[in-house]
Amino acid sequence: MNRFVLPLAVFAALAILLWRGLDLDPQRLPSALIDKPAPEFTLTRLDDQGKDFSPSDMAGQVWLLNVWASWCVACRQEHPVISSLAEHVDIVGLNYKDKRDEAGNWLSEWGDPYVMSAFDGNGDVGIDYGVYGVPETFVIDRTGRIRYKHVGPVSESDAGETLLPMIRLLQEETL
Amino acid sequence: MNGSGAYRISVMAMIVWLCWPGPAAAKVEIVEFADSAREALYQEMIRELRCLVCQNQNLADSNAELAVDLRRKTRELIGDGKNRSEVVDYMVSRYGDFVLYRPRFNVATAFLWISPLCLFLFLVWWVLRWRRRATAQPSGYSTDELHRARSLLGDRNDRGDRRPPEPH
Repeated sequence: MNRFVLPLAVFAALAILLWRGLDLDPQRLPSALIDKPAPEFTLTRLDDQGKDFSPSDMAGQVWLLNVWASWCVACRQEHPVISSLAEHVDIVGLNYKDKRDEAGNWLSEWGDPYVMSAFDGNGDVGIDYGVYGVPETFVIDRTGRIRYKHVGPVSESDAGETLLPMIRLLQEETL
Repeated sequence: MNGSGAYRISVMAMIVWLCWPGPAAAKVEIVEFADSAREALYQEMIRELRCLVCQNQNLADSNAELAVDLRRKTRELIGDGKNRSEVVDYMVSRYGDFVLYRPRFNVATAFLWISPLCLFLFLVWWVLRWRRRATAQPSGYSTDELHRARSLLGDRNDRGDRRPPEPH
């Protein structure tokens, strides 16, 4: 009887490990920025090169930073969800590695859910935020810390089950 | 005769030409540094940093947009005189340990680093135990029983190589 214990234990450990592996998505990386202050930057606005945006402009409120681009197919997919989220929370767009005119056309064609979009033409700010797959959505709290990061298009269930409850909770936090 | 020699040489030349690894590597940007130490560091870093998009390639091998950007960033950092650990810190603070092909040792990566050693030690222990058992007690029978078994087997062996039972 005893001689079966060890092989069985090894088998069980392997089975649990591999079973867990089935659920893991290797494309989904944990963000190194969770609970850290959102990296500071100053970029020109997409709609007006004469005006700047920096995250400190949003200090004191809960907001989302949504990384998007006109060349990004999945951004079209999440666009309706982002638009409905915009009714509950201020969303700033980070227009990532795009061209101003193409990005402008995209917004006028599909609608502009953003408070404003900051123009990150060469993707430097994207690197500071650890962006590796557009679209990405950051939830930033009143104190300017990143509390959550969503990689890939936000689905309706992502918005309803994860993002909105979290936003409401953060909005109740007092400074 | 002479003609077939020329033919053979031209076929060889063609094979060499077809196998020559030329334009495939040409996509990577030409990078120049003031000194060779920085050049070497840059080459080392882009081989050690992972492209986050095409996850099983390093920055040197990948032509993904992000890899191009991260190579540019690495080049800028090293050009500014940053050393190895500063470049690593820069990347890890943005992309996490996953960006390194040799992740640093911490709570999250401990299992990754320790498990091969544990497995090896376990196997050594297993083999030693197994061997000790095999030599210490060859079987569960007493000398008398073995003696008897051997004589029985010897008796039944009727192929002609009959041997007297060895005294124990």
